Amino acid sequence: MSNRPNFVLIAIAVLVYLFLMGPLVIVVGASLSDTTFLTFPPQGLSLRWFENVFAISAFRRTIVTSLQIAILGTFVALLIGLPAAYALNRYRIELPRWLGTLFVLPILVPEIVFGFALLKSLSVGAGVPVFGALLVGHTLLVLPYVVRVISASLASFDFSIEEAAISLGSAPLKTFFTIVLPNVRAGVIAAFILAFITSLNDVSVSLFLTGPGVSTLPIQILAHVEQFFDPTVASVSVLLMFLTVAVMAVVERTLGLTFLAK
Amino acid sequence: MDGDAAAMRSKWRLLSSGLAGWALTAPATLAVIGFLLVPIGIVIAGTFMDPRGIFAPYVAYFNSGFRTTVLFRTLQIAALTTIISLVFGFITAYVVSRAPSRLKSLLIIAAVFPLLTGVVVRAFAWLIILGRNGILNNTLVNLGIISEPLELLYTQGAVIIGMVYLFVPLMILSLAGVLENIPQDVLQASSSLGASPVATFWQVLLPLAVPGLIVGAVLVFTGSFTAYATPQLLGGERQTVLATLLQQRAMVSFDWVGASTIATIMTAITISVVLVMSHLARRINPMAT
Repeated sequence: MSNRPNFVLIAIAVLVYLFLMGPLVIVVGASLSDTTFLTFPPQGLSLRWFENVFAISAFRRTIVTSLQIAILGTFVALLIGLPAAYALNRYRIELPRWLGTLFVLPILVPEIVFGFALLKSLSVGAGVPVFGALLVGHTLLVLPYVVRVISASLASFDFSIEEAAISLGSAPLKTFFTIVLPNVRAGVIAAFILAFITSLNDVSVSLFLTGPGVSTLPIQILAHVEQFFDPTVASVSVLLMFLTVAVMAVVERTLGLTFLAK
Repeated sequence: MDGDAAAMRSKWRLLSSGLAGWALTAPATLAVIGFLLVPIGIVIAGTFMDPRGIFAPYVAYFNSGFRTTVLFRTLQIAALTTIISLVFGFITAYVVSRAPSRLKSLLIIAAVFPLLTGVVVRAFAWLIILGRNGILNNTLVNLGIISEPLELLYTQGAVIIGMVYLFVPLMILSLAGVLENIPQDVLQASSSLGASPVATFWQVLLPLAVPGLIVGAVLVFTGSFTAYATPQLLGGERQTVLATLLQQRAMVSFDWVGASTIATIMTAITISVVLVMSHLARRINPMAT
Protein backbone atom coordinates (compact mmCIF):
# COMPACT_ATOMS: atom_id res chain seq x y z
CA MET A 1 0.00 0.00 0.00
CA SER A 2 1.54 3.27 -1.05
CA ASN A 3 1.80 6.40 1.03
CA ARG A 4 -1.47 7.90 -0.14
CA PRO A 5 -4.75 6.04 -0.31
CA ASN A 6 -5.80 5.18 -3.84
CA PHE A 7 -8.67 6.68 -5.75
CA VAL A 8 -11.22 3.96 -4.97
CA LEU A 9 -10.70 4.30 -1.22
CA ILE A 10 -11.01 8.10 -1.39
CA ALA A 11 -14.20 7.76 -3.44
CA ILE A 12 -15.68 5.40 -0.84
CA ALA A 13 -14.73 7.79 1.99
CA VAL A 14 -16.39 10.68 0.13
CA LEU A 15 -19.56 8.60 -0.27
CA VAL A 16 -19.53 7.71 3.44
CA TYR A 17 -19.32 11.41 4.33
CA LEU A 18 -22.16 12.22 1.91
CA PHE A 19 -24.15 9.44 3.61
CA LEU A 20 -23.40 11.03 6.99
CA MET A 21 -24.20 14.62 6.04
CA GLY A 22 -27.01 14.17 3.50
CA PRO A 23 -29.80 13.18 5.90
CA LEU A 24 -29.01 16.11 8.20
CA VAL A 25 -29.16 18.52 5.25
CA ILE A 26 -32.50 16.99 4.29
CA VAL A 27 -33.90 17.55 7.79
CA VAL A 28 -32.84 21.21 7.63
CA GLY A 29 -34.48 21.55 4.19
CA ALA A 30 -37.71 19.90 5.34
CA SER A 31 -37.91 22.17 8.39
CA LEU A 32 -38.12 25.23 6.12
CA SER A 33 -41.00 23.80 4.11
CA ASP A 34 -44.19 25.76 3.44
CA THR A 35 -46.34 22.66 2.95
CA THR A 36 -48.23 20.67 5.56
CA PHE A 37 -46.48 17.43 4.63
CA LEU A 38 -42.82 16.46 4.65
CA THR A 39 -41.06 17.02 1.35
CA PHE A 40 -37.58 17.67 0.13
CA PRO A 41 -36.61 19.90 -1.61
CA PRO A 42 -39.13 22.17 0.19
CA GLN A 43 -41.82 23.77 -1.96
CA GLY A 44 -41.80 27.38 -0.82
CA LEU A 45 -39.83 28.53 2.19
CA SER A 46 -41.30 29.52 5.53
CA LEU A 47 -40.57 29.47 9.22
CA ARG A 48 -44.14 28.43 10.11
CA TRP A 49 -43.08 25.01 11.46
CA PHE A 50 -40.60 26.65 13.79
CA GLU A 51 -43.47 28.78 15.10
CA ASN A 52 -45.53 25.60 15.38
CA VAL A 53 -42.94 24.04 17.69
CA PHE A 54 -43.57 26.77 20.21
CA ALA A 55 -47.30 26.83 19.54
CA ILE A 56 -47.62 23.21 20.70
CA SER A 57 -47.61 23.26 24.50
CA ALA A 58 -46.25 19.70 24.75
CA PHE A 59 -43.09 20.81 22.94
CA ARG A 60 -42.75 23.94 25.09
CA ARG A 61 -43.09 21.92 28.28
CA THR A 62 -40.76 19.08 27.24
CA ILE A 63 -38.04 21.49 26.04
CA VAL A 64 -38.03 23.05 29.51
CA THR A 65 -38.08 19.64 31.27
CA SER A 66 -35.26 18.30 29.07
CA LEU A 67 -33.05 21.33 29.75
CA GLN A 68 -33.78 21.17 33.49
CA ILE A 69 -33.00 17.45 33.68
CA ALA A 70 -29.86 17.79 31.52
CA ILE A 71 -28.46 20.69 33.56
CA LEU A 72 -29.40 19.31 37.00
CA GLY A 73 -28.40 15.73 36.15
CA THR A 74 -25.02 16.83 34.77
CA PHE A 75 -24.48 19.06 37.80
CA VAL A 76 -25.20 16.24 40.28
CA ALA A 77 -23.03 13.85 38.25
CA LEU A 78 -20.16 16.36 38.42
CA LEU A 79 -20.75 16.88 42.14
CA ILE A 80 -20.32 13.16 42.91
CA GLY A 81 -18.15 12.24 39.90
CA LEU A 82 -15.42 14.88 40.29
CA PRO A 83 -14.41 13.80 43.85
CA ALA A 84 -14.58 10.16 42.73
CA ALA A 85 -12.35 10.78 39.70
CA TYR A 86 -9.93 12.76 41.88
CA ALA A 87 -9.76 10.01 44.52
CA LEU A 88 -9.33 7.25 41.92
CA ASN A 89 -6.19 8.99 40.66
CA ARG A 90 -4.86 10.51 43.89
CA TYR A 91 -5.33 7.35 46.00
CA ARG A 92 -4.65 4.88 43.20
CA ILE A 93 -2.58 2.61 45.48
CA GLU A 94 -4.87 2.70 48.50
CA LEU A 95 -8.15 2.04 46.68
CA PRO A 96 -9.04 -1.37 45.23
CA ARG A 97 -9.08 -1.70 41.46
CA TRP A 98 -12.68 -2.85 41.22
CA LEU A 99 -13.77 0.61 42.35
CA GLY A 100 -12.62 2.08 39.04
CA THR A 101 -14.46 -0.68 37.17
CA LEU A 102 -17.64 0.07 39.13
CA PHE A 103 -17.95 3.45 37.43
CA VAL A 104 -17.65 1.91 33.97
CA LEU A 105 -20.42 -0.60 34.68
CA PRO A 106 -23.29 1.71 33.71
CA ILE A 107 -21.89 1.72 30.15
CA LEU A 108 -21.95 -2.09 30.02
CA VAL A 109 -25.60 -2.32 31.02
CA PRO A 110 -27.99 -1.64 28.10
CA GLU A 111 -29.61 1.76 28.68
CA ILE A 112 -33.06 0.41 27.99
CA VAL A 113 -32.59 -2.27 30.68
CA PHE A 114 -31.44 0.40 33.11
CA GLY A 115 -34.53 2.50 32.35
CA PHE A 116 -36.82 -0.48 32.88
CA ALA A 117 -35.05 -1.40 36.16
CA LEU A 118 -35.53 2.15 37.47
CA LEU A 119 -39.20 2.07 36.49
CA LYS A 120 -39.63 -1.12 38.49
CA SER A 121 -37.78 -0.02 41.65
CA LEU A 122 -38.16 3.77 41.73
CA SER A 123 -41.37 4.74 39.96
CA VAL A 124 -43.50 1.69 40.77
CA GLY A 125 -41.64 0.23 43.75
CA ALA A 126 -40.93 3.40 45.72
CA GLY A 127 -43.49 5.78 44.21
CA VAL A 128 -40.84 8.34 43.21
CA PRO A 129 -42.43 11.13 41.10
CA VAL A 130 -41.58 11.30 37.38
CA PHE A 131 -39.20 14.26 37.60
CA GLY A 132 -37.21 12.65 40.45
CA ALA A 133 -36.93 9.32 38.65
CA LEU A 134 -35.80 11.08 35.43
CA LEU A 135 -33.19 13.03 37.38
CA VAL A 136 -31.79 9.88 39.02
CA GLY A 137 -31.77 8.04 35.67
CA HIS A 138 -30.00 10.83 33.79
CA THR A 139 -27.46 11.42 36.59
CA LEU A 140 -26.40 7.77 36.44
CA LEU A 141 -26.53 7.75 32.64
CA VAL A 142 -23.90 10.50 32.44
CA LEU A 143 -21.84 9.60 35.54
CA PRO A 144 -19.48 7.20 33.66
CA TYR A 145 -18.65 9.89 31.07
CA VAL A 146 -17.95 12.42 33.82
CA VAL A 147 -15.70 10.06 35.80
CA ARG A 148 -13.86 8.79 32.73
CA VAL A 149 -13.22 12.14 31.03
CA ILE A 150 -12.07 13.83 34.25
CA SER A 151 -9.95 10.79 35.18
CA ALA A 152 -8.27 10.97 31.78
CA SER A 153 -7.21 14.57 32.35
CA LEU A 154 -6.19 13.84 35.98
CA ALA A 155 -4.01 10.96 34.77
CA SER A 156 -1.50 13.46 33.39
CA PHE A 157 -1.67 15.71 36.47
CA ASP A 158 1.43 15.66 38.69
CA PHE A 159 0.12 15.24 42.23
CA SER A 160 3.49 16.29 43.69
CA ILE A 161 2.48 19.89 42.84
CA GLU A 162 -0.51 19.47 45.15
CA GLU A 163 1.66 17.94 47.88
CA ALA A 164 4.11 20.82 47.56
CA ALA A 165 1.31 23.35 48.05
CA ILE A 166 -0.01 21.47 51.10
CA SER A 167 3.44 21.10 52.67
CA LEU A 168 3.93 24.83 52.16
CA GLY A 169 0.86 25.39 54.32
CA SER A 170 -2.08 25.57 51.91
CA ALA A 171 -5.31 23.98 53.20
CA PRO A 172 -6.24 20.76 51.32
CA LEU A 173 -9.62 22.04 50.10
CA LYS A 174 -8.14 25.37 49.00
CA THR A 175 -5.33 23.50 47.25
CA PHE A 176 -7.86 21.44 45.34
CA PHE A 177 -9.65 24.51 44.04
CA THR A 178 -6.58 26.66 43.34
CA ILE A 179 -4.08 24.02 42.16
CA VAL A 180 -5.82 20.82 41.01
CA LEU A 181 -9.03 22.09 39.46
CA PRO A 182 -7.46 24.77 37.19
CA ASN A 183 -5.14 22.10 35.79
CA VAL A 184 -8.00 19.80 34.77
CA ARG A 185 -10.35 22.59 33.66
CA ALA A 186 -10.41 21.28 30.10
CA GLY A 187 -11.46 17.83 31.28
CA VAL A 188 -14.25 19.22 33.46
CA ILE A 189 -15.65 21.34 30.60
CA ALA A 190 -15.49 18.40 28.20
CA ALA A 191 -17.20 16.17 30.77
CA PHE A 192 -19.94 18.74 31.30
CA ILE A 193 -20.62 19.07 27.56
CA LEU A 194 -20.56 15.34 26.80
CA ALA A 195 -22.85 14.68 29.75
CA PHE A 196 -25.23 17.52 28.84
CA ILE A 197 -25.59 16.39 25.22
CA THR A 198 -25.96 12.72 26.20
CA SER A 199 -28.72 13.59 28.65
CA LEU A 200 -30.49 15.95 26.25
CA ASN A 201 -30.63 13.29 23.51
CA ASP A 202 -31.45 10.29 25.66
CA VAL A 203 -34.36 8.09 24.64
CA SER A 204 -33.77 4.66 26.16
CA VAL A 205 -33.60 5.63 29.84
CA SER A 206 -36.36 8.27 29.68
CA LEU A 207 -38.66 5.96 27.72
CA PHE A 208 -39.88 4.15 30.84
CA LEU A 209 -39.58 7.01 33.32
CA THR A 210 -41.72 9.69 31.67
CA GLY A 211 -45.29 9.84 32.85
CA PRO A 212 -48.50 11.71 32.27
CA GLY A 213 -47.72 15.43 32.13
CA VAL A 214 -43.94 15.13 32.49
CA SER A 215 -41.94 14.03 29.47
CA THR A 216 -38.64 14.83 27.77
CA LEU A 217 -38.15 16.35 24.33
CA PRO A 218 -36.87 13.20 22.52
CA ILE A 219 -39.80 11.16 23.90
CA GLN A 220 -42.23 13.90 22.82
CA ILE A 221 -40.65 13.92 19.34
CA LEU A 222 -41.11 10.13 19.10
CA ALA A 223 -44.76 10.45 20.14
CA HIS A 224 -45.34 13.28 17.65
CA VAL A 225 -43.73 11.40 14.72
CA GLU A 226 -45.93 8.39 15.36
CA GLN A 227 -49.11 10.52 15.23
CA PHE A 228 -48.44 13.31 12.74
CA PHE A 229 -46.12 13.39 9.79
CA ASP A 230 -45.65 17.15 9.45
CA PRO A 231 -42.47 19.25 9.34
CA THR A 232 -42.76 20.28 13.03
CA VAL A 233 -40.40 17.47 14.02
CA ALA A 234 -37.90 18.60 11.37
CA SER A 235 -37.99 22.10 12.87
CA VAL A 236 -37.51 20.93 16.43
CA SER A 237 -34.67 18.68 15.18
CA VAL A 238 -33.01 21.71 13.60
CA LEU A 239 -33.33 23.60 16.89
CA LEU A 240 -31.58 20.70 18.64
CA MET A 241 -28.87 20.71 15.96
CA PHE A 242 -28.35 24.45 16.46
CA LEU A 243 -27.90 23.81 20.16
CA THR A 244 -25.35 21.11 19.35
CA VAL A 245 -23.48 23.42 16.95
CA ALA A 246 -23.45 26.16 19.60
CA VAL A 247 -22.09 23.77 22.21
CA MET A 248 -19.49 22.46 19.74
CA ALA A 249 -18.42 26.02 18.94
CA VAL A 250 -17.84 26.62 22.64
CA VAL A 251 -15.75 23.43 22.85
CA GLU A 252 -13.79 24.41 19.75
CA ARG A 253 -13.04 27.81 21.29
CA THR A 254 -11.97 26.45 24.65
CA LEU A 255 -10.39 23.07 23.93
CA GLY A 256 -10.33 22.22 20.25
CA LEU A 257 -12.74 19.59 18.98
CA THR A 258 -10.28 16.77 18.65
CA PHE A 259 -10.50 16.64 22.46
CA LEU A 260 -13.99 15.17 22.22
CA ALA A 261 -12.90 12.53 19.76
CA LYS A 262 -10.47 10.97 22.23
CA MET B 1 12.16 2.80 68.44
CA ASP B 2 12.49 5.53 65.91
CA GLY B 3 11.86 3.06 63.08
CA ASP B 4 8.74 1.81 64.81
CA ALA B 5 7.36 5.31 65.14
CA ALA B 6 8.09 6.00 61.50
CA ALA B 7 6.43 2.76 60.49
CA MET B 8 3.43 3.59 62.65
CA ARG B 9 3.21 7.03 61.13
CA SER B 10 3.40 5.78 57.56
CA LYS B 11 0.85 3.07 58.35
CA TRP B 12 -1.44 5.72 59.83
CA ARG B 13 -0.93 7.92 56.80
CA LEU B 14 -1.77 5.09 54.44
CA LEU B 15 -4.88 4.26 56.44
CA SER B 16 -6.08 7.85 56.65
CA SER B 17 -5.44 8.58 52.99
CA GLY B 18 -7.22 5.32 52.18
CA LEU B 19 -10.15 6.57 54.23
CA ALA B 20 -10.07 9.91 52.41
CA GLY B 21 -10.14 8.00 49.11
CA TRP B 22 -13.13 5.95 50.23
CA ALA B 23 -14.92 9.02 51.53
CA LEU B 24 -14.48 10.90 48.26
CA THR B 25 -15.68 8.00 46.12
CA ALA B 26 -18.52 7.08 48.50
CA PRO B 27 -21.32 9.24 47.00
CA ALA B 28 -20.71 8.01 43.45
CA THR B 29 -20.20 4.40 44.61
CA LEU B 30 -23.43 4.41 46.61
CA ALA B 31 -25.30 5.98 43.68
CA VAL B 32 -24.11 3.28 41.24
CA ILE B 33 -24.87 0.47 43.70
CA GLY B 34 -28.19 1.82 44.95
CA PHE B 35 -29.66 3.13 41.72
CA LEU B 36 -28.09 0.85 39.14
CA LEU B 37 -26.81 -2.48 40.49
CA VAL B 38 -29.62 -3.10 42.97
CA PRO B 39 -32.51 -2.21 40.60
CA ILE B 40 -30.99 -4.36 37.83
CA GLY B 41 -30.31 -7.12 40.35
CA ILE B 42 -33.98 -7.01 41.35
CA VAL B 43 -35.04 -7.32 37.70
CA ILE B 44 -32.73 -10.30 37.09
CA ALA B 45 -33.55 -12.02 40.41
CA GLY B 46 -37.26 -11.60 39.72
CA THR B 47 -37.04 -13.81 36.63
CA PHE B 48 -35.73 -16.72 38.73
CA MET B 49 -38.45 -16.51 41.38
CA ASP B 50 -41.36 -17.49 39.21
CA PRO B 51 -43.94 -19.70 41.00
CA ARG B 52 -44.04 -21.92 37.90
CA GLY B 53 -40.40 -22.93 38.39
CA ILE B 54 -36.95 -21.42 38.42
CA PHE B 55 -36.39 -21.20 34.66
CA ALA B 56 -40.08 -21.02 33.72
CA PRO B 57 -39.91 -17.48 32.21
CA TYR B 58 -37.00 -18.54 29.99
CA VAL B 59 -38.73 -21.76 28.94
CA ALA B 60 -41.78 -19.67 28.08
CA TYR B 61 -39.61 -17.21 26.15
CA PHE B 62 -37.87 -19.81 24.02
CA ASN B 63 -41.09 -21.78 23.48
CA SER B 64 -42.63 -18.76 21.81
CA GLY B 65 -41.80 -18.79 18.10
CA PHE B 66 -42.39 -15.06 17.86
CA ARG B 67 -40.02 -14.19 20.70
CA THR B 68 -37.19 -16.43 19.48
CA THR B 69 -37.62 -14.89 16.02
CA VAL B 70 -37.27 -11.46 17.63
CA LEU B 71 -34.07 -12.53 19.42
CA PHE B 72 -32.49 -13.89 16.24
CA ARG B 73 -33.64 -10.89 14.21
CA THR B 74 -32.01 -8.56 16.74
CA LEU B 75 -28.75 -10.55 16.66
CA GLN B 76 -28.82 -10.59 12.85
CA ILE B 77 -29.44 -6.84 12.58
CA ALA B 78 -26.65 -6.12 15.10
CA ALA B 79 -24.20 -8.46 13.31
CA LEU B 80 -24.93 -7.03 9.83
CA THR B 81 -24.73 -3.46 11.17
CA THR B 82 -21.36 -4.26 12.76
CA ILE B 83 -19.91 -5.83 9.60
CA ILE B 84 -21.10 -3.03 7.28
CA SER B 85 -19.90 -0.36 9.73
CA LEU B 86 -16.53 -2.12 10.07
CA VAL B 87 -15.90 -2.20 6.31
CA PHE B 88 -16.94 1.37 5.55
CA GLY B 89 -15.64 2.76 8.84
CA PHE B 90 -12.23 1.17 8.26
CA ILE B 91 -11.85 2.53 4.73
CA THR B 92 -13.02 6.00 5.78
CA ALA B 93 -10.81 6.04 8.87
CA TYR B 94 -7.85 5.02 6.74
CA VAL B 95 -8.43 7.90 4.31
CA VAL B 96 -8.98 10.30 7.26
CA SER B 97 -5.78 9.16 8.99
CA ARG B 98 -3.74 9.84 5.84
CA ALA B 99 -5.35 13.24 5.07
CA PRO B 100 -3.42 16.52 5.49
CA SER B 101 -3.82 17.77 9.06
CA ARG B 102 -6.27 20.65 8.40
CA LEU B 103 -8.55 18.45 6.32
CA LYS B 104 -8.20 15.72 8.93
CA SER B 105 -9.55 17.84 11.77
CA LEU B 106 -12.42 18.94 9.53
CA LEU B 107 -13.23 15.29 8.75
CA ILE B 108 -13.09 14.40 12.45
CA ILE B 109 -15.53 17.23 13.24
CA ALA B 110 -17.81 15.98 10.46
CA ALA B 111 -17.83 12.55 12.12
CA VAL B 112 -18.36 13.92 15.63
CA PHE B 113 -21.30 16.13 14.66
CA PRO B 114 -23.78 13.37 13.74
CA LEU B 115 -22.78 11.56 16.95
CA LEU B 116 -23.82 14.59 18.97
CA THR B 117 -27.15 14.81 17.14
CA GLY B 118 -29.84 12.79 18.87
CA VAL B 119 -30.86 9.30 17.76
CA VAL B 120 -34.47 10.36 17.23
CA VAL B 121 -33.42 13.14 14.86
CA ARG B 122 -31.17 10.78 12.92
CA ALA B 123 -33.84 8.09 12.63
CA PHE B 124 -36.41 10.71 11.62
CA ALA B 125 -34.15 11.84 8.74
CA TRP B 126 -34.41 8.34 7.23
CA LEU B 127 -38.17 8.45 7.65
CA ILE B 128 -38.20 11.42 5.23
CA ILE B 129 -35.89 9.61 2.81
CA LEU B 130 -37.37 6.10 2.83
CA GLY B 131 -41.08 6.92 3.32
CA ARG B 132 -43.75 5.90 0.78
CA ASN B 133 -43.76 9.46 -0.52
CA GLY B 134 -40.20 9.97 0.58
CA ILE B 135 -37.33 11.45 -1.37
CA LEU B 136 -36.01 8.14 -2.67
CA ASN B 137 -39.38 6.90 -3.94
CA ASN B 138 -40.28 10.29 -5.46
CA THR B 139 -36.94 10.49 -7.26
CA LEU B 140 -37.20 6.96 -8.61
CA VAL B 141 -40.78 7.51 -9.80
CA ASN B 142 -39.91 10.86 -11.40
CA LEU B 143 -36.98 9.32 -13.21
CA GLY B 144 -39.31 6.61 -14.51
CA ILE B 145 -37.23 3.81 -12.96
CA ILE B 146 -40.22 2.50 -11.02
CA SER B 147 -43.93 3.14 -11.58
CA GLU B 148 -45.19 2.47 -8.05
CA PRO B 149 -43.49 3.63 -4.82
CA LEU B 150 -41.54 0.82 -3.14
CA GLU B 151 -42.21 -0.30 0.43
CA LEU B 152 -38.86 0.67 1.86
CA LEU B 153 -39.84 1.44 5.45
CA TYR B 154 -40.59 -1.24 8.03
CA THR B 155 -38.10 -3.62 6.41
CA GLN B 156 -34.96 -5.08 7.89
CA GLY B 157 -32.97 -3.13 5.32
CA ALA B 158 -34.40 0.17 6.58
CA VAL B 159 -33.47 -0.69 10.18
CA ILE B 160 -29.92 -1.68 9.15
CA ILE B 161 -29.43 1.52 7.11
CA GLY B 162 -30.62 3.56 10.09
CA MET B 163 -28.29 1.66 12.44
CA VAL B 164 -25.25 1.93 10.14
CA TYR B 165 -26.02 5.64 9.95
CA LEU B 166 -25.96 5.79 13.76
CA PHE B 167 -22.76 3.83 14.24
CA VAL B 168 -20.40 4.50 11.30
CA PRO B 169 -19.13 7.74 12.93
CA LEU B 170 -18.27 5.80 16.10
CA MET B 171 -16.30 3.31 14.01
CA ILE B 172 -14.48 6.07 12.11
CA LEU B 173 -13.47 7.77 15.34
CA SER B 174 -12.30 4.63 17.14
CA LEU B 175 -10.28 3.50 14.08
CA ALA B 176 -8.83 6.84 12.94
CA GLY B 177 -6.75 7.17 16.11
CA VAL B 178 -5.41 3.61 15.84
CA LEU B 179 -4.57 3.91 12.13
CA GLU B 180 -2.88 7.24 12.68
CA ASN B 181 -0.55 5.67 15.21
CA ILE B 182 0.63 3.02 12.76
CA PRO B 183 3.96 4.42 11.53
CA GLN B 184 4.13 5.18 7.79
CA ASP B 185 7.60 3.56 7.73
CA VAL B 186 6.15 0.13 8.47
CA LEU B 187 3.87 0.30 5.43
CA GLN B 188 6.65 1.73 3.28
CA ALA B 189 9.04 -0.99 4.43
CA SER B 190 6.47 -3.58 3.46
CA SER B 191 6.00 -2.22 -0.04
CA SER B 192 9.68 -1.50 -0.65
CA LEU B 193 10.44 -5.10 0.27
CA GLY B 194 8.18 -6.10 -2.58
CA ALA B 195 4.80 -6.73 -0.94
CA SER B 196 1.83 -5.87 -3.11
CA PRO B 197 -0.64 -3.28 -1.75
CA VAL B 198 -3.09 -6.13 -1.10
CA ALA B 199 -0.49 -8.15 0.82
CA THR B 200 0.54 -5.06 2.81
CA PHE B 201 -3.09 -4.52 3.73
CA TRP B 202 -3.78 -8.10 4.89
CA GLN B 203 -0.40 -8.82 6.49
CA VAL B 204 0.65 -5.46 7.95
CA LEU B 205 -2.08 -2.84 8.20
CA LEU B 206 -5.00 -5.04 9.25
CA PRO B 207 -3.18 -6.96 12.04
CA LEU B 208 -1.90 -3.69 13.49
CA ALA B 209 -5.42 -2.25 13.46
CA VAL B 210 -7.02 -5.25 15.22
CA PRO B 211 -7.25 -3.60 18.69
CA GLY B 212 -9.14 -0.64 17.21
CA LEU B 213 -11.33 -2.94 15.12
CA ILE B 214 -12.33 -4.92 18.20
CA VAL B 215 -13.14 -1.80 20.25
CA GLY B 216 -15.20 -0.41 17.37
CA ALA B 217 -16.96 -3.72 16.78
CA VAL B 218 -17.94 -4.05 20.45
CA LEU B 219 -19.30 -0.49 20.55
CA VAL B 220 -21.33 -0.96 17.37
CA PHE B 221 -22.60 -4.46 18.18
CA THR B 222 -23.77 -3.66 21.71
CA GLY B 223 -25.16 -0.29 20.57
CA SER B 224 -27.20 -1.74 17.71
CA PHE B 225 -28.23 -4.80 19.75
CA THR B 226 -29.90 -2.56 22.35
CA ALA B 227 -31.03 0.44 20.24
CA TYR B 228 -34.67 1.45 20.61
CA ALA B 229 -35.58 4.59 18.65
CA THR B 230 -34.24 3.51 15.24
CA PRO B 231 -35.96 0.08 15.04
CA GLN B 232 -39.11 1.64 16.50
CA LEU B 233 -39.33 4.38 13.84
CA LEU B 234 -37.87 2.58 10.81
CA GLY B 235 -38.87 -1.02 11.60
CA GLY B 236 -42.20 -0.64 13.38
CA GLU B 237 -44.15 -3.70 14.51
CA ARG B 238 -43.02 -5.74 11.54
CA GLN B 239 -39.38 -5.55 12.58
CA THR B 240 -39.82 -5.91 16.33
CA VAL B 241 -36.44 -6.23 18.09
CA LEU B 242 -35.65 -7.02 21.73
CA ALA B 243 -35.65 -3.36 22.79
CA THR B 244 -39.04 -2.61 21.23
CA LEU B 245 -40.43 -5.92 22.54
CA LEU B 246 -39.23 -5.01 26.05
CA GLN B 247 -41.02 -1.66 25.81
CA GLN B 248 -44.25 -3.34 24.59
CA ARG B 249 -44.24 -6.05 27.29
CA ALA B 250 -43.62 -3.47 30.04
CA MET B 251 -45.71 -0.48 28.94
CA VAL B 252 -48.48 -1.98 26.80
CA SER B 253 -49.08 -5.50 28.18
CA PHE B 254 -47.82 -4.85 31.75
CA ASP B 255 -46.17 -8.26 31.58
CA TRP B 256 -43.45 -7.57 34.12
CA VAL B 257 -42.00 -11.07 34.20
CA GLY B 258 -41.83 -11.20 30.40
CA ALA B 259 -40.19 -7.76 30.26
CA SER B 260 -37.70 -8.70 32.98
CA THR B 261 -36.80 -11.89 31.09
CA ILE B 262 -36.08 -9.87 27.93
CA ALA B 263 -34.04 -7.38 29.99
CA THR B 264 -31.98 -10.20 31.51
CA ILE B 265 -31.32 -11.82 28.11
CA MET B 266 -30.22 -8.44 26.68
CA THR B 267 -27.90 -7.76 29.62
CA ALA B 268 -26.39 -11.27 29.54
CA ILE B 269 -25.65 -11.12 25.80
CA THR B 270 -24.24 -7.57 25.99
CA ILE B 271 -21.89 -8.36 28.88
CA SER B 272 -20.79 -11.67 27.31
CA VAL B 273 -19.91 -9.94 24.05
CA VAL B 274 -17.91 -7.26 25.88
CA LEU B 275 -16.04 -9.82 28.02
CA VAL B 276 -15.26 -12.23 25.17
CA MET B 277 -14.12 -9.47 22.83
CA SER B 278 -11.93 -7.70 25.39
CA HIS B 279 -10.34 -11.06 26.25
CA LEU B 280 -9.75 -11.60 22.53
CA ALA B 281 -8.31 -8.10 22.17
CA ARG B 282 -5.82 -8.75 24.95
CA ARG B 283 -4.77 -12.09 23.46
CA ILE B 284 -4.16 -11.00 19.89
CA ASN B 285 -2.87 -7.49 20.48
CA PRO B 286 0.27 -7.47 18.31
CA MET B 287 1.67 -4.48 20.23
CA ALA B 288 1.84 -6.55 23.42
CA THR B 289 4.08 -9.30 22.02
